[in-house]
Amino acid sequence: MSQTQASLRGGPEPLVSVRGLRTLFATERGLVRAVDGVDLNIHKGRSLGIVGESGCGKTVLSRSIMGLLPSTAHREGSVRYEGHELVGKSVGSMRRFWGQEMSMVFQNPMVSLNPVMRIGEQIAEPLRIHLGMSRSDARDTALQLLEEVRIPEPKRRLRQYAHELSGGMRQRVVIAIALSCGPAILFADEPTTALDVTVQSQILDLIAERRQDRNMAVVLVTHDLGVVAGHTNEIAVMYAGKIVERAPTNELFANVKMPYTRSLLRSIPRLDDDPHTRLHAISGRPPDLIDPPSGCRFAPRCAYARERCHVEAPPLQPTENPDHVYACWYPVGSAEFFEREEELVATGVHVRGRQ
Amino acid sequence: MTAARRGLGFGFWLSISWLIVISLAAIFAPWLPLKDPGENYIVAGARPPYGPSSTHWLGTDQDARDVFARTIFGARTSLVIGFGAISFGIILGGTLGVLSGYFRGWTDRIASIVMLILLSFPGLILAILITALLDRGLATIAITLGILGVAPVGRLARASTLVFAERDFVTAARAIGSSNRRIIVRELLPNVVIPMAALSLLGMAIAIVAEGGLAFLGLSVDEGVTWGKLILLGAGTRDLERAPWISFGPISMLFLTVLALNYAGDRLRDYFDVKDITL
Repeated sequence: MSQTQASLRGGPEPLVSVRGLRTLFATERGLVRAVDGVDLNIHKGRSLGIVGESGCGKTVLSRSIMGLLPSTAHREGSVRYEGHELVGKSVGSMRRFWGQEMSMVFQNPMVSLNPVMRIGEQIAEPLRIHLGMSRSDARDTALQLLEEVRIPEPKRRLRQYAHELSGGMRQRVVIAIALSCGPAILFADEPTTALDVTVQSQILDLIAERRQDRNMAVVLVTHDLGVVAGHTNEIAVMYAGKIVERAPTNELFANVKMPYTRSLLRSIPRLDDDPHTRLHAISGRPPDLIDPPSGCRFAPRCAYARERCHVEAPPLQPTENPDHVYACWYPVGSAEFFEREEELVATGVHVRGRQ
Repeated sequence: MTAARRGLGFGFWLSISWLIVISLAAIFAPWLPLKDPGENYIVAGARPPYGPSSTHWLGTDQDARDVFARTIFGARTSLVIGFGAISFGIILGGTLGVLSGYFRGWTDRIASIVMLILLSFPGLILAILITALLDRGLATIAITLGILGVAPVGRLARASTLVFAERDFVTAARAIGSSNRRIIVRELLPNVVIPMAALSLLGMAIAIVAEGGLAFLGLSVDEGVTWGKLILLGAGTRDLERAPWISFGPISMLFLTVLALNYAGDRLRDYFDVKDITL
């Protein structure tokens, strides 16, 4: 733990610091530990990617930081935003932060806009709530925001309804709404999953641009390492409610430590692969978060797991680079890892080892 | 939403036209060139009821009063009862339903229990009870019928609120710092109102018919004419055999109005269901 703390220190005071955050849901089957002890720093103007499979707690983590959870959820630990402790704050006192300090872009723009409210009104809403703008001022600002997110014919859009816009345009509107009150941090929860590929990169570029213009922090939640590669400064890999590896983006891609991260990387199809190359899939599913496995949570699916992995949970430990931490007993590059790798290649499990 | 979406159709607009005509006629009845509904148009040498003729289009009743004029005047009370009842049901049931669907938890439990009690209470007994204990004024009758509408309306409002409250746009509204009141009024209500509008047309039809039922038991409003009371007037066996027109006027008016309300309500419901799917 002390090593973890050490690696989180250093550099300027973070905008958001998360310590030992746990989010529990009381369900009929039992307590779901969706986020189970997460430490993170989010810095001003920087972009953090949170990566993992579906059901690993990425979305819950980002909503926990913001405090946007259903009433069945329970938060423990600490989330500090510019010195304010957010865990334990009432919904009423969180409203001051929502929209103005932190805001969120949702996964599916088909359902994150109100179907019966005009676009213009929806963008004006936060302006009127937080900045107390008059109807006409809010309208002018809404128009500017639409221009800022590069929607063609912005004037006409103000009077349109969500169903009259394409998916990409709707997501731009959602971004415009999220940006309207000038938040210091923007959470983007799988912002491109519901869009087609060509629109995806436009939206990501747009978010990156706005981040630079406004010196705003961005947390990009995604299951797609390809998405975060070009758009983040730092990446945190989540598995079963825990962060298993965290590193600056370049460092992570150059020097993967955790076999889980490596499997995620290997599951990205590459353009230079031969035709009909089989995609690497990670067999199995993330564990049940009601009763997670003891020891390393990835061990049951890990080809490199040994006795110790099933018994003892590995702590986050730094590499030579103090900003790069990982939780693994036998990381990529260790002697035990290579030993097992050779066995796997020999038995033909890895036909073409791709490193 | 691009493909040619079926419009509301001719039948819908025909129904709406009928409802507008009958409402206007009811509102402006005193100024219309109608016979006086209270006057006895006795013709010397003949005993009423008189059959339909060019002077009395729908005939007269046993007291030689003009059935057509009385039916139009009856529309005033009947429509007010129908409208008042469903408004009461929508306001009370809608509020209850939306609040319980949005806040869930204890609010939901208490509201659900209230609705279950209302649903399990026999409507007719409730109506008899209230009219027996209180007066039989217009407001009492309308509210009595309205109470019967609270539970169905409330359940629909709760169900639609549940559907929309789960949608991301409500979370998105929270994420920009909207208060609960703002979310309910600005985000949820405009969506919930659509299915409620369809239900309110159907509910109004039910209330008008229910008033007829109450009239048959002698429990309708004590002053003025209603369709139910007019029908009752000609509903004796002898009258039905010899002078069916006494009941026929108000019956056909009630039938057409209820049909129009039901049809329009149904079309509205279909229409907006389609929209929900393509959205």
